[in-house]
Amino acid sequence: MVENGIGARTKRKEDARFLTGKGTYTDDINRPHQTHGVFVRSPHAHARIKKIKADKALKAPGVIAVLTGADMVADKVNSLPCGWLIHSKDGSPMVEPPHIPLAPDKARHVGDHVALVVAETRNQARDAAELVEVDYEPLKAVVRVGDADKPGAPLVHDQAKNNICYDWHLGDKAAVDEAFKKAAHVTKLDLINSRLIPNAIEPRSAIAEYDSANERYTLYTASQNPHVIRLLMGAFVLGIPEHKLRVVSPDVGGGFGSKIPHYAEEAILTWASKKVGRPIKWTAERSESFLSDTHGRDHVSHVELALDKDGKFLGLRVATKAAMGAYLSTFASAIPTYLYGTLLAGVYTTPAVYVEVKALFTHTAPVDALRGAGRPEACYLLERLVERAAWETKTDPVELRRKNVIPKSAMPYQTPVALQYDCGDFVKNLDDAAKAIGWASFANRREESKKRGMLRGIGVSHYIEACGIAPSAVVGALGGRAGLYESAEVRFHPTGSVTVFTGSHPHGQSNETTFAQIVASKLGVPIENVEIVHGDTDRVPFGMGTYGSRSIAVGGSALVKAIDKVIAKGKKIAAHQLEASEADIEFKDGVFRVAGTDKQKAIGEIALSAYVPHNFPHETTEPGLDESAFYDPKNFTFPSGCHICELEVDPDTGKVAILRFVAVDDFGNIINPMIVEGQVHGGVTHGIGQALTEACVYDAESGQLLTGSMMDYCMPKADDVPSFEVATNVVPCTHNPLGVKGCGEAGTIGSAAAVINALLSALAPLGVKEFDMPASSHRVWQAIQNASRKAAD
Amino acid sequence: MPITVSMTVNGKAVSASVEERTLLVQYLRDHLGLTGTHVGCDTSQCGACVVHVNGRSAKSCTMLTAQAEGADVLTIEGLAKNGKLHPMQEAFRENHGLQCGFCTPGMVMSALDLVKNNPNPSESDIRHYLEGNICRCTGYHNIIKSIAAGAKAMGGR
Amino acid sequence: MYSFAYHRPASLKDAAATFKKGSESRFVAGGHTLLPSMKLRLVHPSDLVDLGGVAELKGIKADGGTVVVGATTPHADVARDAKVAKAIPALAKLAGGIGDPQVRNRGTIGGSLANSDPAADYPAAVLGLGATIKTDRREIKADDYFKGLFETALGDGEIITSVSFPVPEKSGYAKFANPASRYAIVGVFVAKTKDGVRVAVTGAGPCAFRHKEMEKALAASFKPDAVAGIKVKADGLNSDIHASAEYRAHLVTVMAKRAVAACG
Repeated sequence: MVENGIGARTKRKEDARFLTGKGTYTDDINRPHQTHGVFVRSPHAHARIKKIKADKALKAPGVIAVLTGADMVADKVNSLPCGWLIHSKDGSPMVEPPHIPLAPDKARHVGDHVALVVAETRNQARDAAELVEVDYEPLKAVVRVGDADKPGAPLVHDQAKNNICYDWHLGDKAAVDEAFKKAAHVTKLDLINSRLIPNAIEPRSAIAEYDSANERYTLYTASQNPHVIRLLMGAFVLGIPEHKLRVVSPDVGGGFGSKIPHYAEEAILTWASKKVGRPIKWTAERSESFLSDTHGRDHVSHVELALDKDGKFLGLRVATKAAMGAYLSTFASAIPTYLYGTLLAGVYTTPAVYVEVKALFTHTAPVDALRGAGRPEACYLLERLVERAAWETKTDPVELRRKNVIPKSAMPYQTPVALQYDCGDFVKNLDDAAKAIGWASFANRREESKKRGMLRGIGVSHYIEACGIAPSAVVGALGGRAGLYESAEVRFHPTGSVTVFTGSHPHGQSNETTFAQIVASKLGVPIENVEIVHGDTDRVPFGMGTYGSRSIAVGGSALVKAIDKVIAKGKKIAAHQLEASEADIEFKDGVFRVAGTDKQKAIGEIALSAYVPHNFPHETTEPGLDESAFYDPKNFTFPSGCHICELEVDPDTGKVAILRFVAVDDFGNIINPMIVEGQVHGGVTHGIGQALTEACVYDAESGQLLTGSMMDYCMPKADDVPSFEVATNVVPCTHNPLGVKGCGEAGTIGSAAAVINALLSALAPLGVKEFDMPASSHRVWQAIQNASRKAAD
Repeated sequence: MPITVSMTVNGKAVSASVEERTLLVQYLRDHLGLTGTHVGCDTSQCGACVVHVNGRSAKSCTMLTAQAEGADVLTIEGLAKNGKLHPMQEAFRENHGLQCGFCTPGMVMSALDLVKNNPNPSESDIRHYLEGNICRCTGYHNIIKSIAAGAKAMGGR
Repeated sequence: MYSFAYHRPASLKDAAATFKKGSESRFVAGGHTLLPSMKLRLVHPSDLVDLGGVAELKGIKADGGTVVVGATTPHADVARDAKVAKAIPALAKLAGGIGDPQVRNRGTIGGSLANSDPAADYPAAVLGLGATIKTDRREIKADDYFKGLFETALGDGEIITSVSFPVPEKSGYAKFANPASRYAIVGVFVAKTKDGVRVAVTGAGPCAFRHKEMEKALAASFKPDAVAGIKVKADGLNSDIHASAEYRAHLVTVMAKRAVAACG
């Protein structure tokens, strides 16, 4: 057995540099002779840009250039593209309005990019940005997604009638209508899934430089997927061929989806670096991040569930309006469709599901992926609905779920909304979680709380998610404009150390450790001798990056494929040297052995002979030991789990305190349990954040962002969450070589519904039935007041 | 107006001429190359910039360099000695108290400030003391474990 | 941050003189309100007069009847001071709950009072204890100090030198904090002094104010129940995305009750 292999709680390789302040984030990089860029951003949610006067700014100390949308148009810069084409019900393609990175004619959200000021220092650029005179004609804005398609609403783009980007559907409408006809009970809910601002603690940052000697650009950017940026920005926006463009994403301080998209700033800086002839650096101030990072969620839904007299689910009907914001961000269109609608069967046997999603433009920051992306919205809606159905039918919520859960024996299971689950044991997830929290004895704990004047509640959320979005052929058929494979290269060096080049990009996920553990397990090389290289398009052959919990399931599988090639080649070399048939060579724990003999060669010796090929099978094999592989998954992976939250509400203030949080998750096989637990803790906290404290608030009329700083946008702090009780329930994925499923988003997907269900359980004795996130003290208090007023009437 | 400042940073005397509006964090990062201290917000909430000034934790994004004149400043780079991690750093590594690493220097510096004032902090003490530090990755669970372990390793009971 | 001229006088006299020379001078002590505002370019002083070098402004003194806190004493010092903890434990508790540890290490009582943020904690203690604010020109009674939103009795260039708190028989502070900023959505300071009961509210109005009806009720019976039934009017109270005026009004009663309970 190798040390630190698959399954070990190996301490992280990346920690030493982060703990000593030696990480290299984009803002830590400085390029010789660099200048600094500051963006002039629109103060209006919607305004015509009539004129931009830059003469005062240009005369300010240190100013080198002021560039505007007109300059971009003159240089024939193209629109930022959207990566997924969705078709409406009627077959028409979604509306894709132009998005020139610097707005040439109209500003469409507060914070929209209007001009770039380049100066010798950041302070000078910032000072001069205030001297750029923009003549705006303010126009009426539409801010709330629920208002966007109302007649007479201001249009975000003239070509999108009623602000509709697409009007999509999925499922069998007739079958669902039929199911509702047979229903003994129908549960209905209207739900808002609040808009969130991601707030990775590292603000976005980029440095662009142009090397005129080689006509080559380099962009350093805090991105989750540097190759995707190279492809989109190079090929689509700026017309730079791949061999003339290098994109580097060094250490990245958290992404959570907000560092997936190709952003306007990246293209503007890269374009401007050639015009200015010097590197340009930009780092967002947090207030800029609030305005210009992509936001998440922002759904308004009406949902109905049909049940028979025994409580079996017969049909589900969902109608959702999903905000796209002012422009279509890179993956925006896929999120409320293929990452949301397809998940609406959940873990249940509901035979008929029909979902309609209207994607709408609003004068707000663009909406794109945020931890879970579509799946938290699906889970929240479904689990709120199931809990409500249990309450209405006076059934125990765990019992109602158990009655409707897809049994393990039904796997593989084809849902009515396109997905085929390969495996999972949803009943066990539910039972384990219920047992861990002490579901049966909750009433006693509620009594105890009551004695202290507190309202105690318990809430369940039973989720499934789809990770490692794939396969490419299916994605393509559904409108995806990219492949969704991953690459890996395993370079065995002559003296036995290994460098892995991966297209996955860690920004907290710990790939430098887990990928090294895979190498240690499969090749028998100590992890100290393994280096994982990522985040540089000049070093890594290609990659699709990290999002959708895909690193281990897709990137890890690509790594295994490359390792298999190394072993296969090693066997040829070993067979030659050990004078045996290739078929008789076994490989285990770093040693090639002739089966049934003591004749053997260590992999280090084989590697050396691959580079010093004196005794070598030259007829069949090339020297060197460097293999690469691409892995295109056969299906999604389907992590699942059950979260149960127990909380207390202080009825005097409305303050909610989470007392316990249990998560039982199935992530398939686990490479490093320590790291998986950490991902769950963080994910759950993100979901608790949405449930309790986080919400993006724009002024509904002016479109000004009211939660534009960390003083007003409240992320969970250490004293807002408890220590978590997490456990796993391993059902290996059936279709990838590691049997892994992915764990980065699960916590967020499951947790919000568990918290709000617990809150409603706490408030049920007071008659509170409806609640939309966030459960801030104020909103909870208000809900209690409204209920008591109603009771009094 | 440029001004001249002198102080001690991680035990070394330093002096420079800086613009008067230079924040301490900018001086550390841009002039001294100590990029372990990070900037995550502009309103003093996130705590990624926490350093020690004269033995107390401070948000270096909310201090002018000029205000640190003559001060003794300690940053994350000053903790490990001779290539050996400080016990608090080691505790973070041991307990997986970090993921993306961006908030980590501030967390460690705040943790040391806590332990200085409270050598045996309870879970609740630790959670409360971190009200000036935000982590978006870990959900705090392992940070709390790390700090408890670090405090113990530093001589607490 | 806009450019400015920086000054670090060593005496109070120099500080006042330097202030006069600038066209838009501002004093800075801990800077935990001013510097973030400057970073966001919301304020643009011509001259920044740093009081950090004026030694006479710092420190805590206590005799039998009063606790005197120097203007540039950071909150953390007040929170941890044994003399304060003994004489007015509620004041130590209040100081220990301001902002976060780093704010407490840098932020000062003088800065807090000069700025008079409607959601700051110290104004509740100053008003609740009937403190006296000493400046380089005069003494100002707490009841005469808070004038409105970010408005105080301080004249242009007037420097707070210390705050003198009379030691009460007992006192308590209860705060309902904004979970993001940790400022008070509502904070209530209650004190039983030899001159009567004082109840001061921060966070709820444009500036800290006393609640006479509660004072009367507590003078009759110094128990949490005495204020429990008092309904505070929402008219004129602050209302924002975090808390409506009605919610704040309700919280004033709840926090008053808890503050009385905290008096022990």
